[in-house]
This record gives sequence, C-alpha cells and structure tokens, in this order.
Amino acid sequence: MSEESFTDPGWLSEEVKTGTTIIAVTFDGGVVLGSDSRVSAGESVVNRVMNKLSPLHDKIYCALSGSAADAQTIAEIVNYQLDVHSIEVEDDPLVCSAATLVKNISYKYKEELSAHLIVAGWDRKKGGQVYATLNGLLSRQPFAIGGSGSFYIHGFVDAEYRKNMTKRECQEFVVNALTLAMGRDGSSGGVAYVVTIDQDGAEEKCVLGNELPKFFDQ
Amino acid sequence: METHHSHSQVKGVSTGTTILAVKFNGGVIIGSDSRASMGESYVSSKTINKLIQVHDRIFCCIAGSLADAQAVTKMAKFQLSFHSIQMESPPLVKAAASIMKELCYSNKEDLQAGFITAGWDRKKGPQIYVVSLGGMLLSQPFTIGGSGSTYIYGYVDAKFKPNMSLEEATQFSTNALALAMGRDNVSGGVVHLVVITEAGVKHIVVPGDKLPKFHDE
Repeated sequence: MSEESFTDPGWLSEEVKTGTTIIAVTFDGGVVLGSDSRVSAGESVVNRVMNKLSPLHDKIYCALSGSAADAQTIAEIVNYQLDVHSIEVEDDPLVCSAATLVKNISYKYKEELSAHLIVAGWDRKKGGQVYATLNGLLSRQPFAIGGSGSFYIHGFVDAEYRKNMTKRECQEFVVNALTLAMGRDGSSGGVAYVVTIDQDGAEEKCVLGNELPKFFDQ
Repeated sequence: METHHSHSQVKGVSTGTTILAVKFNGGVIIGSDSRASMGESYVSSKTINKLIQVHDRIFCCIAGSLADAQAVTKMAKFQLSFHSIQMESPPLVKAAASIMKELCYSNKEDLQAGFITAGWDRKKGPQIYVVSLGGMLLSQPFTIGGSGSTYIYGYVDAKFKPNMSLEEATQFSTNALALAMGRDNVSGGVVHLVVITEAGVKHIVVPGDKLPKFHDE
C-alpha cells in the first residue's frame, strides 16, 4: 500500500486521465457523438467541463478517452495529417481515411500510448460512419462506446439500439446512455456534449447537468 | 477493453456470475445465470444452481467464492430453521438476511462472498436485502450483483419501474440477465428465475436458445 502524502494533493503526482464515457451512433444520414466532461487525476477532478469531442475535419469528429495528453496529441496530429491529405486529393477526406490515420498512430505506438479514440463523421461516399480504433484495431460499427463509464451501459445500448433511427431518436439515445453511465461511473460526470454530423455540417450542443433525463432513483 | 477484468483474488471455484432480484406487485423475482468458473478460462459447471432455498418463501443467491457461499448458506439454513421453531411461525426475510450478515461480518477476513436475500413474509410482504462482502445489510427495491452486473447497471437504471406486474418483472429480469451473459465471459448458460409470492414459489428456467435476442444477434 503506497504511502499517502497528506500535504500534496493527488493531482500533482497522478497522471491526468479522461476516465470517461464516450459514444458514437450512426443514423440514417449521419452520426451523433456524445461524451461526458470530467477529467480526473487520481481522485481529484481537474477539469469538469472538458469537451472530449475533437474536430478532425469539417464533418469528421473524434471522441477522446484514456490518457488526456495522449488522446489530445493523437487528435492534433491526425487533424494536421488530414488537412494535408485533403489538399492533396482536392476534396473532403473520407471518414475511413481519418480513422486509418488514427489507427496507424495507435498501432505503431501502442506500447507508449494509452488512449482510445472513436472516429465518426459523414462523407459523400458512405454517409454516416463510426469507427472504433481501440489499441490499433480498426473496426467499422453501427455504434461504439468507450471509456471507463461504458461498461455500465453495455447492456443498455445492446437492448436499446435499433437500426435506422431518426436524428432525434439518436440524440435522445446518446443523451440517455451518457446519463446512465455518468450516474454509475465515478470517473464520468459533469455535462453532456453532443455533436450531430450530417451532410450539412456539424452541430455542437451542450446538455447541462440539470437538463439531463432522470431515471429511477431510490 | 482488455485492461478491465473483475480483479478476482478468489481461489478455486468462483461464481463469476450475474445475479439479480426485483420486487414487483405482489412478490419478488430472484434470478441468476448458471455458469461456475475456475480462473477466467475454465467453466467448471454449465448448470449450477445459484438460487438456494433457505426457507419456504426465502431464497438466497450467491456471488463470489462458491465454497464460502455454500458454507454460509448451510449455516444460515440451519440457524433459520431453529429460529423459526422457537418463534413458532415462518421467519421474516429480514431475519434470514440478518443471519447472513452476522456470519459475513464476523468472518469478514476469511470470507469472500456476497449475497442477495429475497422472499415474502406476512409482516412486510415482498422484500429484497443485499449483504455485501464486508457484511453491510441494505434493503432495496431491486438489486444486481456479480461480475456480469457492471454491464447492466445502465439497463436496469433505465428500465426498472416500481410496482411492475409479474409479466413485466419476468421480462425485465430475463432481459437483464441475457444482456449481462452476452457481455460477461464468466456468466452464461441458462437463466434461472424463482418467483416468490404469498401463494408459493415457482421456478422458471430459460434455456440458451429461448433467451431474448438483441440487435447484433
């Protein structure tokens, strides 16, 4: 059992992690991404309003989880690489390209990095897509969840996800899932950030704590 | 998600498991999966019954070390029958839960098992009590436990309603257990449910191929 120093607060020596809940879901015509907003260092919450949905391009976003520094760095690098790539091909990049770039970095440096990014967006070729890139794997899925809070909602998303939801239903599904996870996971909390991407662009929204849906509470 | 696994220092056979209990209008349903595992890779039994009857209308389900759980429930069953003879009436559910709690608390260094006690008695009707690893006793309208329970917290939080009918509660329990068994590799097999009401006790078994299917199956 390590000795606790009572003079130094935990966040001076603990690594900063986005113990978190992230989710991305496809609907007919686009995707919805969602995340909580808590960043913890050991037992302290160092940032309670961090937006973990990071833009990689106009219509491609990624959701960050794991070590905050690693995740942000990967997102920045891929943002740059994607800009260069889109100039070269003289067109908007495909979501698959963005996901592949993230996967390449995650896989090559898998020993040093500990971050899991979910990449989601809309492109003209395949519409709305969600890719999971855990530890260097690249997998296209109808929806993906990640982060420490995601374990508590596996059952809920398995039961409630349906193909071909409308945009509204998808947004509600994402907010419900985030609320349930934040209710049970100590490292997730704060507000819910939701980004909806379709062919017209990306729309960001923040759902404050008191606007989140309420579930049965003893 | 390979960095997450239930940190089980339980030696020998353990019920890596999913258990739950739900109160509905007129009774309780207590349910579990049926897999017993040794370590994380060997299934030592596919059809174990984790729902133990400690009295006519009181059942217990166990999570953790099978050996500890069997020892505790055997002791509790004996003490409860003795108590019920002394009182000359069927025991209260709370009495059964308190006996488990005493055993768990006094032996907390040596035991590694948690219990859900559920049943019906004439004084308070249907009740559910949770006795955790260290010996805490808590009464709740529904509860889940075992390694598979982490995956269904979101589902049960969203779907539980107080005063459900028997059909709704049965569907709720079966769905929750099926979802947990689908994600937890140390839960599986068949779903065992026991419905306890004033009228009596009914045992329902849902085999693997009759479990509800969700979107990816």
